[in-house]
Amino acid sequence: MRPAGEQTPGAQWTARIEEYSSTIDRTVRLMEVCGTHTMVAFRSGLRSLLPERVSLISGPGCPVCVTPDGYIDAAIELSTLPAVTITTFGDLVRVPGSASSLERERANGASVEVVYSPTDALALARADSSRSVVFLAVGFETTVPGIAVAVRTAREEGVDNFMILSALKTMPGPMRALAGEGEVAIDGFVCPGHVSVITGASAFAFLAEEFRIPCVVTGFEDLDLLKGVAMLLAQVAEGRSEVEIEYTRAVGMDGNRVAQQVMAEVFEPCDSEWRGLGTIPGSGLSLREPFAPHDAAGRFGLEVRSAPPVSGCRCGDVLRGVLTPPRCPLFDRACTPATPVGPCMVSSEGACAAFWRYGRRPA
Amino acid sequence: MTAPRMRSDRVLLGHGGGGLLTKELIESVILPVLDNPLLHPLDDAAILTAGEGLLAFTTDSYVVSPLFFPGGDIGKLCVCGTVNDLAVKGAEPLWMSLGLVLEEGLPMADLQKVIRSIGTTAREAGIQVVTGDTKVVEKGRCDGLYVNTAGIGRLAAGASAGSPESSVPLGPRSIRPGDAIIVNGFLGDHGMAIMARRSGISFQPELMSDCAPLWDLIRTVLATGAPVHAMRDLTRGGLAASLCDLAEASGLGMRVSETALPVRPAVRGACDLLGFEPIAVANEGKIVLFCPASAVSRVLAALHGHPLGAAAAVIGEVIAEPRGTAFLATRIGGERIIDMPPGETLPRIC
Repeated sequence: MRPAGEQTPGAQWTARIEEYSSTIDRTVRLMEVCGTHTMVAFRSGLRSLLPERVSLISGPGCPVCVTPDGYIDAAIELSTLPAVTITTFGDLVRVPGSASSLERERANGASVEVVYSPTDALALARADSSRSVVFLAVGFETTVPGIAVAVRTAREEGVDNFMILSALKTMPGPMRALAGEGEVAIDGFVCPGHVSVITGASAFAFLAEEFRIPCVVTGFEDLDLLKGVAMLLAQVAEGRSEVEIEYTRAVGMDGNRVAQQVMAEVFEPCDSEWRGLGTIPGSGLSLREPFAPHDAAGRFGLEVRSAPPVSGCRCGDVLRGVLTPPRCPLFDRACTPATPVGPCMVSSEGACAAFWRYGRRPA
Repeated sequence: MTAPRMRSDRVLLGHGGGGLLTKELIESVILPVLDNPLLHPLDDAAILTAGEGLLAFTTDSYVVSPLFFPGGDIGKLCVCGTVNDLAVKGAEPLWMSLGLVLEEGLPMADLQKVIRSIGTTAREAGIQVVTGDTKVVEKGRCDGLYVNTAGIGRLAAGASAGSPESSVPLGPRSIRPGDAIIVNGFLGDHGMAIMARRSGISFQPELMSDCAPLWDLIRTVLATGAPVHAMRDLTRGGLAASLCDLAEASGLGMRVSETALPVRPAVRGACDLLGFEPIAVANEGKIVLFCPASAVSRVLAALHGHPLGAAAAVIGEVIAEPRGTAFLATRIGGERIIDMPPGETLPRIC
């Protein structure tokens, strides 16, 4: 145990947070738009260290959370077809759609496999050509390059039974929507470190320039986040709005060109529906024409329709930063991690799950 | 008791996760029918009176995938699991049963390898396989091989909480505010070794399961005469599930310090990569132990003198308030709740 009086590693940043916020004469709302940041903020106990007037709100940064019900329904429909194996990252299995979930369909006999990378899904497709292996492609710029490589490999090798159902999204679109017409005044963005590794920090320049909102690209260690918050408060206190990089060991202004190229080769921008934010033009990614045989929606003539959210679920409001999870009428009553009603309670990166697990402050 | 209603009309994988869903299954389906005073504590083993002495009686099933993993296999695992459930109740493991469910087509060499492993581990742990059963099911009806065991152990002198003369058994109700919370070594090794093998991600150095029989270690601690209040083996759900469970069962609070937790860098790295918390990951050779602060030096010395306790550490203390809750004092000086892992984190981990 730490001897009493010894300084914690974050002490200098906690002190600066205190110092800057004391010079700001109002409530400061900072938004993190990456599910990993949401989780780190809770797990590290960082929220218990913030002054009362500084609030950290979670934006649309959890890939599972922003995926609309219509997509989940389409995935469930696919899972009930003969000779189809659904492959997915784990969290999506438990997200309730309009009438069922992949977890329930699996218990009823559907073939649903949890994988840790699209390459694993491709390997399953290679191993059994009698089945269509559909990978549920959900995520942001961080996961897109890996999926693009898997699709390109499948095309090169002629693995025609490997397909994706794409709900891939890009980050700047919703941040523009929140900055421009959001119901919550955002004083600063904790910009997503992983996304920025691919896109470069310059992807967020419009927020600082057009909307005068301070941005700090932040890493994922507890100390990164503490320092990122301190850097944002410094900008607010000094009246600056710039894109700064806290996560300098991984992020530059330009990003990863190779990853950007493979993304552009395989995918093209399309309009995309976000839970809570509606359809945002150009914020999604669909397969380019030469890769059409690997598009599950096209192959199975499946239409991803817009579906109204599950009754009473207010995940959409949570994702816009309008509602904090404990104020949702379902929170901790009908909706818990064991019996989630909406995706924000399912995903380990969802704001509701994080609040439920770690959010209650020690008495 | 009033049984909570099951919220699912099917068994889900999460019901086997050792977390909230498992608890719900036991409380709403099993206890309403089978509850009795011996079963009710739902501890690692039941304590039974037999003549003059006390016996500990436990059972467990093993469905781990893959059957062979770095640091162990299903054979070693089933002996260690049985031995450790008895040992944490302060019981010397004596006899165990072995129920095998085999899948048609399982390579005989695999079965022989598993049985040899059971033999070696049982000898090492001082437990005898004294009865058994073998069933074979059609191909596809089970995944290679499942094992069920039961184990019987005799409560050793010193296995009562507080002092050798005390009649209060080791267990959550003997935990007191101010007790030190101790673990016998690195956390999360078993879960991440299985996970790494299954995900196909290789880590350097390779992650190895900590699978080990712990009676010899526990016997050594009890032999010092130090007043041990409770022990729990940290399997599914890891330290987090045990602390939540024990906080609730003892009606006390638990506060542990993140910087004091022994976690190998490779396990921490793998956890970061795959989105797990080391304290919520399964172990197969780790216990958490509660003793008064005054006994810490004796207990630690005994643990450190044993190969399976070399990295033992005090990780926190028991507090009177708030009741029924476990907290983590974080590295950066914050504090947050340790929650019961909800459901399926890693199916078929043991």
